[in-house]
Amino acid sequence: MRGIFEVFAPVGRAGVVMARSVAYAPYVLFRRRGLSGLFDQLYATGIRSLPVLTVVSLFTGMILSLQVGLELAKFNQEIYLGAAVMVSLVRDVAAFSCGICLAACVGSAIAAEIGTMKVNDEIDALLVMDVPPMRFLASPRVLALAIMSPLLAFYCCIVGLVGGGLVGATQLNVDFGQFSASAMSVVVTKDLVVGLAKAGVFGLLIGSISVSEGLGAELGATGVGKATQRAVIASFLSILVFGYMITRVCYR
Amino acid sequence: MTGAIEFRNVSKSFGDRAVLDGLSFSVAPGEIFAIVGMSGTGKSVTLKHIAGLIEPDSGEVECSSRRIGYLFQSGALLAWLTVFENAALPLLETTRLGRAEVEERVRKALAAVGLEDAADKYPSEISGGMQKRAGLARVLVRDAEIILYDEPTSGLDPVTSASISRLIRDVGKSRGATSVLVTHDIAGAMRIADRIMLLKDGRCALCATPREFAASRDEAVAGFLAASKGDGI
Ligand SMILES: Nc1ncnc2c1ncn2[C@@H]1O[C@H](COP(=O)(O)OP(=O)(O)O)[C@@H](O)[C@H]1O
Ligand SMILES: [Mg+2]
Repeated sequence: MRGIFEVFAPVGRAGVVMARSVAYAPYVLFRRRGLSGLFDQLYATGIRSLPVLTVVSLFTGMILSLQVGLELAKFNQEIYLGAAVMVSLVRDVAAFSCGICLAACVGSAIAAEIGTMKVNDEIDALLVMDVPPMRFLASPRVLALAIMSPLLAFYCCIVGLVGGGLVGATQLNVDFGQFSASAMSVVVTKDLVVGLAKAGVFGLLIGSISVSEGLGAELGATGVGKATQRAVIASFLSILVFGYMITRVCYR
Repeated sequence: MTGAIEFRNVSKSFGDRAVLDGLSFSVAPGEIFAIVGMSGTGKSVTLKHIAGLIEPDSGEVECSSRRIGYLFQSGALLAWLTVFENAALPLLETTRLGRAEVEERVRKALAAVGLEDAADKYPSEISGGMQKRAGLARVLVRDAEIILYDEPTSGLDPVTSASISRLIRDVGKSRGATSVLVTHDIAGAMRIADRIMLLKDGRCALCATPREFAASRDEAVAGFLAASKGDGI
């Protein structure tokens, strides 16, 4: 019984953070102070993740292209290389690699930042001043991740395609024009919408989990480190689980 | 209820460590009430009970007002805001005051704690004592009815320390706020407090006026006074 509680309590706490963050969306999106806090977080999210994201998605596209291309070459079907890379990227891979990068680069930073604030009594200070931490800290971070994540996933797609095309042209004798014609022939709106929506859900999850783990940081020298570690692990797990479930619901 | 703050038989443990163990005391409205005691006896925990940040395991804590100002032991400034922005934060986030009004109140509070020149510095760029004073400015910009100070003068030189003590007294008396002051600065407490409580083993060992406190033959008080002289705290 106690074991079950210990597993699900963090899920419940993250759920509360998500619900409260979304409930404060009108304040964050339409009031001047809320909006300026949101812009700070949008900027931080982009800056923290872009370099890693670029490298990760480039190589992801290259690996995809190489593996699929070698298989296709066995059947002389390299003309479909662009399509194969495009479908994998748009439907799943872009959202996944983007989510993993955001959890590692942004979620960890959020958990560490909020955990440090918690340990330094800064969260308590906000509460005493009647400044709701959910409005002031959680909502801008969670919403910034939810907004940025689909945009970054789209960026991942493009960079991944460039990587895939490069490998096609240099290693597999598929020229760039052929690659992109094949790629563009398969995209359907549904794939793009589902893929980007998935990324949005990942952003929400990463933000809520990271904030709630940060708020749960315990006193002591290792408290913040442990909170950061838990945030990253929980984000990874939830990205995989929710990613599968969304795919299952939308594509079966 | 008679006092502004009432503790009745309050107990609190963290894990198996009992920090407060049947603590009772009462603070009168407008009083300046000092709490002294060794490190780790639960002075900060007591203040957090008053602020409603910690719930007691048993017993009752009652406060006449929820408008509380709290100077935390760590200062608790937000690292990404300047001293000025930190002090302005409660006004900007919770009131609809205009820019000029906010600016004026913050300037006044910073002047009162002697930090006009550090207004644009970040917390990491100033000393611990200055961070404490910036935290104090953030408390002063709001009109609180109960003000809690957790070691406001630790890390300050004697001159600044004396001026902060005076400031605490003036704020308490001019605004009619009830003040609770946790301190190691026993001399400062003697000067400004109406009553002093010695916290020991999670309980009130003695609660008396400064004069009675100094004259007390209580073993715990004598031990504490001797120890604090020896340590120079
Ligand atoms: N949130 C907490 N969780 C666990 N232990 C705590 C917590 N807050 C305080 N303590 C413990 O309670 C004891 C009293 O702490 P504190 O009130 O900060 O002492 P002080 O009198 O020096 O202010 C310490 O042993 C401290 O470790
Ligand atoms: Mg303390």
